[in-house]
Amino acid sequence: MMRVRQLLAGAALLAVSAGAASAATITIATVNNSQMVVMQKLSPEWEKQSGNHINWVVLEENVLRQKVTTDISTGAGQYDILTIGSYETPIWGKLGWLATEDNFPKSYNYNDVFASVRGALSVNGHLYAVPFYAESSFTYYRKDLFDAAGLKMPDHPKYSQQYGICLRGKPGWGENMAFVDTLVNTFGGEWFNMKWQPQLVSKAWHDAVTFYVDLMRRDGPPGASSNGFNENQALFSTGHCAMWIDATSGAGYIFDKTTSQVYDKTAFTAAPTEVTPNGSHWFWAWALAIPKTSHNIEAARSFLAWATSQQYIDLVGKTDGWTVVPPGTRMSTYANPEYIKAAPFAKTVEEAIQTADLSKPTMNPVPYTGIQYVAIPEFQAMGTQVGQLVAAALTGSTSVDDVLRQAQAAVQSTMEQAGYGQ
Amino acid sequence: MSARRRVQPVAGTIAWLAALLMFFPIFWMVLASFKTEVVAVQTPPALFFHPTLQNYSDIFARADYLHVALNSIVISFGATALAIVIAVPAAFAMAFYPTLHTRGTLLWMLSTKMLPPVGVLVPIYLFAKDVDLLDTRILLVLLYMLMNLPIVVWMLFTFFRDTPKAIIEASRIDGADVRQTIFHVLLPLVMPGIASTALLNIILCWNEAFWSLNLTSHDAAPLTAFIATFSAPQGLFWAKLSAASTLAIAPILVFGWFSQRQLVRGLTFGAVK
Amino acid sequence: MSTATVQGPAAQRAPRGRRLGGAVNTLPLVGPSVALLLIFSLVPLAATLYYSVIRYNLVNPMLHGFAGWSNYKFLLRDPTLYQSLWISVVLVGEVLILTVGGGAILASLFEANFPGRAVARVLVIAPFFVMPTVSALVWKNLLMNPVNGLIAFILRSLGLNAIDFFANWPLTSIVVIVAWQWLPFAFLILLTALQSLDEETREAALLDGAGPIRTFLHIELPHMGRAISVVVMMETIFLLGVFAEIYVTTAGGPGTQTTNLTFLIYQRALLAFNVGSASAAGVIAIILANILAMFLVRAIGKRLDEQ
Repeated sequence: MMRVRQLLAGAALLAVSAGAASAATITIATVNNSQMVVMQKLSPEWEKQSGNHINWVVLEENVLRQKVTTDISTGAGQYDILTIGSYETPIWGKLGWLATEDNFPKSYNYNDVFASVRGALSVNGHLYAVPFYAESSFTYYRKDLFDAAGLKMPDHPKYSQQYGICLRGKPGWGENMAFVDTLVNTFGGEWFNMKWQPQLVSKAWHDAVTFYVDLMRRDGPPGASSNGFNENQALFSTGHCAMWIDATSGAGYIFDKTTSQVYDKTAFTAAPTEVTPNGSHWFWAWALAIPKTSHNIEAARSFLAWATSQQYIDLVGKTDGWTVVPPGTRMSTYANPEYIKAAPFAKTVEEAIQTADLSKPTMNPVPYTGIQYVAIPEFQAMGTQVGQLVAAALTGSTSVDDVLRQAQAAVQSTMEQAGYGQ
Repeated sequence: MSARRRVQPVAGTIAWLAALLMFFPIFWMVLASFKTEVVAVQTPPALFFHPTLQNYSDIFARADYLHVALNSIVISFGATALAIVIAVPAAFAMAFYPTLHTRGTLLWMLSTKMLPPVGVLVPIYLFAKDVDLLDTRILLVLLYMLMNLPIVVWMLFTFFRDTPKAIIEASRIDGADVRQTIFHVLLPLVMPGIASTALLNIILCWNEAFWSLNLTSHDAAPLTAFIATFSAPQGLFWAKLSAASTLAIAPILVFGWFSQRQLVRGLTFGAVK
Repeated sequence: MSTATVQGPAAQRAPRGRRLGGAVNTLPLVGPSVALLLIFSLVPLAATLYYSVIRYNLVNPMLHGFAGWSNYKFLLRDPTLYQSLWISVVLVGEVLILTVGGGAILASLFEANFPGRAVARVLVIAPFFVMPTVSALVWKNLLMNPVNGLIAFILRSLGLNAIDFFANWPLTSIVVIVAWQWLPFAFLILLTALQSLDEETREAALLDGAGPIRTFLHIELPHMGRAISVVVMMETIFLLGVFAEIYVTTAGGPGTQTTNLTFLIYQRALLAFNVGSASAAGVIAIILANILAMFLVRAIGKRLDEQ
């Protein structure tokens, strides 16, 4: 049954690439996350099927983002496929820089892809990038330590019940601010009101950041202000944290015997909430997109369809193990018994992704989308600047109120320069 | 002839201590490259462990090291060679035939390096795109040559100035023209200086991580891109990064060893006649 | 560019400079360097000046038109700008002291003859080979990390508490990393300069009863004077642009305690893909670097071409 389906899918994909007559060479720019590394490893399958060749450009996220943005905004056209996130996709889609991906063959099965994920990558009903994997955030905790202390982690914990915890502290719009944004959201705050006025001195921000700082000073590890995702993952996997609230995509690692010392002692639950469940856990998707400047759009499309198909997920499951398949994109993954068996975090992750609503990230209505970011081009710089200030509050060199005041001023100045709220 | 002085144990001991201290982080890094990711970050840090070559084999499977290393070699050596060829006559003139403008020229040359790269990324990127030189080695060779020309001129100028003029004078009085003086008299004397200049310049090009990352994608990508492939992904990566970095410094370590041998030339200028 | 011309060794009217045999036209010697650099520096400078007065954001094509001084105002009004200047200066200053001081001492030590000198030399130079990003990551995660790092382990074994370097001493920690990387640069240049110190002078000092420290202070250091000036000038230019080490370790924080001018430019301009802002920042940076250079030249520039 599997074989027939795979053959049909292969044939359909070949049909898509039939338009690209002879062997093409496509250049793919991607991040060096483990899922993409697997994609690179398995890509000879596609190369064989389609007769094309791939030039890989694999870089760490920040370098990649800068290169790719410079390339696409100047129309340099060095890449045929870009790996971008749910942050860039709507912005670039609206600017008309990306080709639309609405017409894949039926075997691709768009409906199998989570509606929320598709929505995050679409503008005005057109899909501008196909999701490779998606993640939300949730709580990792050490079963053994909780049992020893006689505690039980509730299914829907509240923030006012946490201890012994590792959280992101390293400054960056995608580092500490990713977490802090969800904290602010769930405490009832937002970045901007409907008139695009910054809200960083609101009570919600004050409460959220004070809570964060106090918690980390009391119960967090030393060096917290320079700990990002990687450092915290290292800490948790070497047994130094009782709890860790961070990306669901880290679960495969924590659960893997060869990379984690706590693979058999870890359990998972939803990210905590406080005043509102809105925006308490984030949403991020890595997706593959094709810039309009590409000379090999058909060949690139064929790769896109292959790399995000159910067949590809099955392939990864069989060759590399089910814990490392690209998570969070297709319903069929979560209906697959083999996946559920190998990945006990699956159900929690699925629920987190399904309930992370980009369009309703906060308690009050807001003019932007994005849970742990604000989907405007200015956010990278602003978010990093605020992140630096929050880190200062964390080390105690500045008070929370001072920090928030400075942050508010900085954001206001940037928004003025960018012409918002006129 | 060298080693005309007797061995000095005190100086030697301190020197070796300093050398070991300076080298230690690199030693630690190379050690980490043979550990698994988990062992690399464990507490207490492991000095004894089961070494593995897994990191290296992963790296070779994922990236084309030889292609990338070759790019780095071509770009760094090419840019340095070009810069030295252009700089030697200039430094010669400024060192031995200075004029009122010499100091001003030197300072002006250095000032061309004051523009921060982030400020000119877009204009240069657009220019490279328009002349179709994006992702080519020649673009980086030319760019690096221009960027480092002031440094090379300055360094050569410094070393040339330390050379006794009497020798240059003697050669000129003997009727040699400029070219002959430079080639047959000056260069042999300043080999240590040229060697250090070349080595430092090659390293500056080797490690330059702004233009090399932004102006290349695949064909001309040098080792800096190779490093960026293995740094800061999601997940533990320090062992692999250590391995990648060890591979990245291997070629220049070899070159460095050979070139610094040029440094010790126990010249006694009085004897060179 | 003027040419230095002397008609024959017997001529008495020598221009300023030394009298050397034969006519030497220095223009074709220096010309190519100057011409290349002229083009290379003028064109980007012109482009930068142009972009600095227009609105140009790569990811916001809606924004266009003449900006006048607004890009400059945005930066100059930023309270972080002045702090970042100070941090740039502190960073450069501290690294210079460590590298030039350490480089001079090591150069002198390596003049001595001892077994394995060649190997030891390569070991000292090795830090310069490593990419700044990697150096910073190794220092931050493998050495300085207060939980997993080697230094913390050593401190704990001695009964002391681990130090959170990047939270409590962020700028100092970065200075240490950068100085470690650049010490080889100073060392190599000063060592080479020391090679041209002839034996007679050294032996004369020894005969006069000068010990190693005296020899170092009164013979070797002055001889290295010009080389030291050169090292200081060159390192200053490079160190003003320190970026990777900050980016990887503290990302400019905590707060803005390690945001130097280059990092600030990156953050305000590049991260926002705001070409107008980045160009204005570039112009400001050039002006400041030139001011700094003027001070430096006044202090040590005389040594550059004196005999």
